[in-house]
Amino acid sequence: MKQLEHRDRVVIRFAGDSGDGMQITGTQFTNTAALLGNDLATFPDYPAEIRAPAGTLPGVSGFQVHFASDDIFTPGDAPDVLIAMNPAALKVNLKDLPRNGILILDADEFNKRNLKMAGYESNPVEDGSLAGYRLFAVPLTSRTETALAAFDNLTVKEKRRCKNFYALGMAYWLFSRSMDSTVEALKQRFAKKPQYAEANTVAMKAGYAYCEASEEFQVRYEVPPAPTKPGTYRNIIGNEALAIGLVAAAGRAGVPLFYGSYPITPASDILQYLAGYKNFDVTTFQAEDEIAAVGSAIGASFGGAIGVTGSSGPGIALKGEAIGLAVMVELPLVIVNVQRAGPSTGMPTKTEQADLLQAVFGRNGESPVVVLAASTPSNCFPMAFEAVRIATKYMVPVILLSDGYLANGSEPWRLPEGIGDLPEVRIPFHTDPKDFKPYRRDAATLARAWVKPGTPGLEHRIGGLEKQDQTGNVSYDAANHQKMVQLRQEKVQRVVADVPDLKVHGPDRGKLLVIGWGSTFGAIHSAVRLAQADGLKVAQAHLHHLNPFPANLGEVLARYDRVLCPEMNTGQLRMLLRARYLVDVQGLNKIEGQPFRVREVLTRIQEMA
Amino acid sequence: MSQQAPVLDKKHFESDQQVRWCPGCGDYAILASMLKVFAEMGVDREKIAIVSGIGCAARFPYYVNTYGFHTIHGRAPAIATGLKIARPDLHVWVVGGDGDLLSIGGNHFLHALRRNVTIKILCFDNRIYGLTKGQTSPTSEVGKVTKTTPLGSLDRPVNPISLALASEATFVARTADTWGNHFREVMLAAAAHEGSAFVQILQNCVVFNEDSWEPVVGRDRREENALFLENGKPLRFGRNKDKGIRIRGSDPEVVTVGEGGVAEGDLAVHDEKDESLAYLLSRLEPPRFPMPVGIFRRVGGLVALEKGIASQREEATRKKGKGDVMKLIHSGELWTVKR
Ligand code: SF4
Repeated sequence: MKQLEHRDRVVIRFAGDSGDGMQITGTQFTNTAALLGNDLATFPDYPAEIRAPAGTLPGVSGFQVHFASDDIFTPGDAPDVLIAMNPAALKVNLKDLPRNGILILDADEFNKRNLKMAGYESNPVEDGSLAGYRLFAVPLTSRTETALAAFDNLTVKEKRRCKNFYALGMAYWLFSRSMDSTVEALKQRFAKKPQYAEANTVAMKAGYAYCEASEEFQVRYEVPPAPTKPGTYRNIIGNEALAIGLVAAAGRAGVPLFYGSYPITPASDILQYLAGYKNFDVTTFQAEDEIAAVGSAIGASFGGAIGVTGSSGPGIALKGEAIGLAVMVELPLVIVNVQRAGPSTGMPTKTEQADLLQAVFGRNGESPVVVLAASTPSNCFPMAFEAVRIATKYMVPVILLSDGYLANGSEPWRLPEGIGDLPEVRIPFHTDPKDFKPYRRDAATLARAWVKPGTPGLEHRIGGLEKQDQTGNVSYDAANHQKMVQLRQEKVQRVVADVPDLKVHGPDRGKLLVIGWGSTFGAIHSAVRLAQADGLKVAQAHLHHLNPFPANLGEVLARYDRVLCPEMNTGQLRMLLRARYLVDVQGLNKIEGQPFRVREVLTRIQEMA
Repeated sequence: MSQQAPVLDKKHFESDQQVRWCPGCGDYAILASMLKVFAEMGVDREKIAIVSGIGCAARFPYYVNTYGFHTIHGRAPAIATGLKIARPDLHVWVVGGDGDLLSIGGNHFLHALRRNVTIKILCFDNRIYGLTKGQTSPTSEVGKVTKTTPLGSLDRPVNPISLALASEATFVARTADTWGNHFREVMLAAAAHEGSAFVQILQNCVVFNEDSWEPVVGRDRREENALFLENGKPLRFGRNKDKGIRIRGSDPEVVTVGEGGVAEGDLAVHDEKDESLAYLLSRLEPPRFPMPVGIFRRVGGLVALEKGIASQREEATRKKGKGDVMKLIHSGELWTVKR
């Protein structure tokens, strides 16, 4: 009789060659966990190369899933279970697996050639170096082949490629999961090649049956559903949530969406998702370069569409001049920056949040824009929506910061039920020729009127040269320039009316406030909760609006003896907070291309609280 | 164009802004002719949008009472592309100089043309940087002495017509600032063209590169040095129209009809659809040859980008139905947590 043990939370990591299908394996496991009602968070870790030579360390691809019966906010610091499909995957990932962790290996792959390629002198499966782990060295490849013996229509190579589903079947057994949704997903994925769907299904079931029958596997685990808020959920990655957010906002406004972009990791997905939404009055344009991408979006905005461009840091650097143009001509424009590790080309597949100062200041002249940042994968939806709403309401460029971790990471998203749950986006195009002046402003927002070309009687010219207040005519007048610079600044500042006050999680005054922005939310939140559970007087605040800041930010900062700001950069928000509020904010700065672990934040909190 | 074309005159298209080019600049003639062209197009001014980059030429939109957008250096074709895609109903013109369009904006120039988006790109080519006060440009001749090339420019110039042809432009033409009638005909043809159109305008910068085009454009010189292209007609030029271009194999040569046994029938005949001929013609220039002017290439019947995009959108809508935001949000694998 097998034993069933209860667990509150489990972290499982699938690792293998980039050709081994680890991303799809992880995604399937995730979807099953989601359907079962677990709370979850995922973290795919892609290699930089598309297909590095098989068996090498740079070719290792990983996918980590954290699933739980209570609410969680990160993909987990360290895996409880590591499934390594070859020696290289073991080599790269073993350091993260705690002692006594479950380790499943494909024994077939631990041959001389692969061991050498991964830099092993001797075979770890045999030399006793893995003694501290619960090791299951299973010949996955040959077992998969055997299970698929009857498939005459598949080559040996094709059969072997199903081994990731054999491993997935084992993981399903280990965590008492149903295989149904994966069977269904395979049918859909391989609708045109049913033999693949069938072979993968058979391989998966064989993996499951093997664990069930084998003496080796005595314990299986159960992670019950999390008591989440009632509602309808789906699992979502950040880039998809962001794309849907843009579409939803444009749809709510009833104005066409134009997305001009140039392929760049990790932002390309957004262009790809949007290209599939053409029936939503969405136009996508793959431009010749980053400058044309933003240029086309500005052109579309001039024409009365919601112009959006998206990229990552290097591309944003190229767009700087054009963003300045949008500042000057006061057209709405949304610029998405899915940040990655820099500088220069940096580490394209790794995450970082080092473009904050670029977003706030990175243009010539006094060139203020609104800056927003999403904090979790599903939060990319409301933030994208908000970016469109603010850009069109204030006639101003809005930079929305995401990052590689949010872009590809996933979590359950509690869906808005009806269109009424989404904020209103009202865009009144100006059509009245009476007393028209291109730079006449709304008294409250300071926004100028948005006029679509084609409107009779309102012909006018705009441009990047300094312009006279109201008329928009070119002007080099000294006093006028000062006035216009201040007006553009003031306009961005007035967006604060649309920025909710910063809320604090924890004591509303006291010893320590941990403040963050962007994708560090999960790690900070988990760490703060653990610290609070230990009785530490610590609070958390997380910024989604980086320019302008929430109106009460200065006052919140002043209520705590000490302020800690963990960031995946050398201290960019910290610099802004210090400059603006004269508060001696302390930093915790990780610039490794990897997200924070909860433990890293917690240790610092314990030192400071 | 609407059926009851409003009767418009040049004044209708003049803006209230004071024109600020140097006295005598070729841009004045271009502006005057373009105002007439706009009037003749029979499209009212709110339907026209002029997008420009940076440079002397790029001030153009301020002087025309249509919608106008003076953007940033080199990017006008990209911005105009976005505008035209978003608003296929507008007549979109791009204005820039040789530096703007061919140097800093070279990449956008290439791609705007190859995409066949219906924008008209006018290059005011004066072979010099004017606004920055006299530096060498991508069309300046080798050896040209400018402020940045005191010992003469070493860069070989780019030929805008060849470049436009190589960029797959479906309408490519050349005219000159002061050629009222020729200018007007070329521009009206460009206006009527569906797809991207490029027109090189030989323009005189009186301050920094005076009379650079004089041998071709000048009143007394043009008949000898310019070859006026007419579709379906033999390539003839000269004061008495007695000279012509004969092509042997792929080598063009100047011949005189009636001399050395050359008959009219020996001359090459212009064909706006012939790609290789257009390219060959683009390479001709004085002193060995006359400079061809007029329409080098005009190919219709290709789907313009903005139409292709619109029809893909319609097709997607027909197939999937008009997008419903709530359905999009509620797609994928869902699960429900009950109260
Ligand atoms: S510098 Fe040359 S091109 Fe510029 S306005 Fe003066 S004459 Fe015209």
